Amino acid sequence: MSDTITNILLVGVGGQGILLASEILAETCKLAGFDVKKSEIHGMSQRGGSVVSHVRYGREVFSPTVPEGEGDILFGFELMETYRSLPLLKKGGKVVANNLKISPPSVLTGQEVYPDDLAERIRQSFPDFLLVDGQELASEAGNPKAANTVLLGAVSRQMEIAEEFWLEALAKMVPAKALDVNRRAFMLGRKL
Amino acid sequence: MKKEILSGNEAIARGAYEAGVKVASAYPGTPSTEILETIVQYPDINASWAPNEKVALEVAIGASFGGGRSLAAMKHVGVNVAADPLFTLSYTGVNGGLVLVTADDPEMHSSQNEQDNRHYARFAKVPMLEPSDSQECKEFTRLAFEISEQFDTPVMVRTTTRISHGKSVVALAEPVTGLPAPKLVKNAAKLVMLPGNAKVRHPFVEERSKKLSRYGDTHSINRMELRNSDIGIITSGSSYQYVREVLPEASLLKLGMVWPLAEGLIRQFAAKVTRLFVVEELDPFIEDQVKAMGISVIGKEILPVCGELSPGRVRLAFASIGIATADTGVPRQVDKLPGRPPNMCPGCPHRGVFYSLKQLNAYVTGDIGCYTLGFMPPLNAMDTCVCMGSSISTASGIVRALPEAERQRVVAVIGDSTFLHTGVNSLMEMAYNKSPATVIILDNRITAMTGRQDNPASGWTLMEDPTNAVDLVQLCRAVGIRNVRVVDPLDLEQTRQALKEEMARPEPSVIITNRPCVLLKREGVFVKGEVLAVDVEFCTGCRACLKLGCPAIEWRPGDGRKGNAYIDPLLCTGCDVCRQLCTFEAIKKREG
Repeated sequence: MSDTITNILLVGVGGQGILLASEILAETCKLAGFDVKKSEIHGMSQRGGSVVSHVRYGREVFSPTVPEGEGDILFGFELMETYRSLPLLKKGGKVVANNLKISPPSVLTGQEVYPDDLAERIRQSFPDFLLVDGQELASEAGNPKAANTVLLGAVSRQMEIAEEFWLEALAKMVPAKALDVNRRAFMLGRKL
Repeated sequence: MKKEILSGNEAIARGAYEAGVKVASAYPGTPSTEILETIVQYPDINASWAPNEKVALEVAIGASFGGGRSLAAMKHVGVNVAADPLFTLSYTGVNGGLVLVTADDPEMHSSQNEQDNRHYARFAKVPMLEPSDSQECKEFTRLAFEISEQFDTPVMVRTTTRISHGKSVVALAEPVTGLPAPKLVKNAAKLVMLPGNAKVRHPFVEERSKKLSRYGDTHSINRMELRNSDIGIITSGSSYQYVREVLPEASLLKLGMVWPLAEGLIRQFAAKVTRLFVVEELDPFIEDQVKAMGISVIGKEILPVCGELSPGRVRLAFASIGIATADTGVPRQVDKLPGRPPNMCPGCPHRGVFYSLKQLNAYVTGDIGCYTLGFMPPLNAMDTCVCMGSSISTASGIVRALPEAERQRVVAVIGDSTFLHTGVNSLMEMAYNKSPATVIILDNRITAMTGRQDNPASGWTLMEDPTNAVDLVQLCRAVGIRNVRVVDPLDLEQTRQALKEEMARPEPSVIITNRPCVLLKREGVFVKGEVLAVDVEFCTGCRACLKLGCPAIEWRPGDGRKGNAYIDPLLCTGCDVCRQLCTFEAIKKREG
């Protein structure tokens, strides 16, 4: 095992299920034999505010937060939050994001506008940006609510961890009755 | 050995379980809440929510006096509330081991200040351990119970948000066995703190601190990591991880016990390195003590006092004196975006109350909870917020300073849990001294902000047992408030009318709202209403409904014509408040 640390950032809006996705990710890394650390903020920041979860894995991880500008993978649950978090990524980092817009309060009340060209702006800096229709693919898997798992599947392609560990973590973390749908959603994402 | 990924809070709970804890008590507070929520899942531990942190610590003190190991947990500002028993507990010492966890919040992710609670350890003369990851959270908690009994002292374990909510791999162990059975022991000289007895205990406390400092000189909880001898860094907690990340070649003195400081070990380390630094978050706590030892050291000259540290901030600090390079730590900019502040949930029963307060031009003394968000636009309906329970006493004081004409604008707003925490004392003051302010108790049946914990008015314990519930109406009457009324906060007219009448009344009065938190999952408590929709034929685009700031209502600009409001059917809970605001009858029940 090399000394390299892989830095993953999961970003979106409070209530989107980011914490569960980052738990599955961290569990997978642990099952694959890595040291892993994860950090995020609970409480006030969750009431519909921006959420950033950090996951780091490798032979030995020190800081639980990703050093600024050293992110390898940005896993976006929402477009504006994905764009907002680009400075956390290193040059040449990978961006995988759900094609979903959630309006913040100032946009809801008509005082500000949600920019409509964020995907293009992300692509300008990160040309291999993968924009995923999470809800659509999750519906195909059997439940639009499994969009996060589709995204997780797409992110898994960017990490060198065997499929069996992902499936084992899913089985451990997802409630039994939702497991089949989530497995299908994961595999749809992984094939993108 | 079994390994799990645990948060610092979960690991502290595990450590307490492995240490054979009998009783655990806490008041919820970010970032400490999950400690009790996890501890309650282990067998043979009596775990409970207390009305406030002082009570939580006193419950733990009782259990310790009875011979059982006990734990109290709270956020940093909670220790302010619990400070009274803490300082005398330092004198009595313990019978069963007692650990007080303080979860500090540098950067104020979810707090009103970023006080550095290491000062409490020095102030109360008790040892404090500071873990750097989840494994240490578990190990240090176990060790804290041993130190507590060995040195006859309460022990504080201090975490910070990144430690409490950070997750890392933890190797689990089996619980200890063979602890003595709890029993009643008479020992007034130790446990009755009157002057005569306390005068005997104080010298014991001073001697104890010296012994603990020597213990820290040799115990593995403090360790030297000798690498390059040019640069030596004294550090602890999460700062240790950032230093390892940024300066992998530096020699370190990692302190697991941040009070009392291991003076002998610090002198040894200082002698081994050319340039000595302290890297610590918030105040120069270790730095000041090292300087007081007559040792030359650099700390806050290069590191910030405000906010949390991060690898980037540590890198910048050392780059400023040419020791690290800052090129990887400089964030690139993106174009300015609309902000995304937190907001009250769709259907939150607090929203209509704040709307009404704004309409009535009230001056609102606020309190700590989800409803503090009532200060945000577009509601802008909170004018002060200091600490838990302060809304009522602040209102009481304001009206006494104001000319009579302005008094009736003053309204205190407080949640059920915060009211029972310390607000009830303030209400006694208001009734006793006849302050003519109005109090609203937003009773949503739960401690919502911290993630829905039960409280003495909710009817359930942490262990999920049905229990006695405080009757808020009777309680307010019992402390002497003659005007107590209950309103439905989803009925705007009723709420506005009640507020208007009580604000005009030249006597203390209390209005209690009776709708539960929309996130309450207990069956039958929160019931969703019928989802609403905007009929664009009737909507004139007046934007009255947008003044609620409900996340389910969105403004849709029209192309060439007037825009209209839109209600997201997936977010709407059918609270009906926006419909009552629409004078054009454009908001209706959604069809199909």
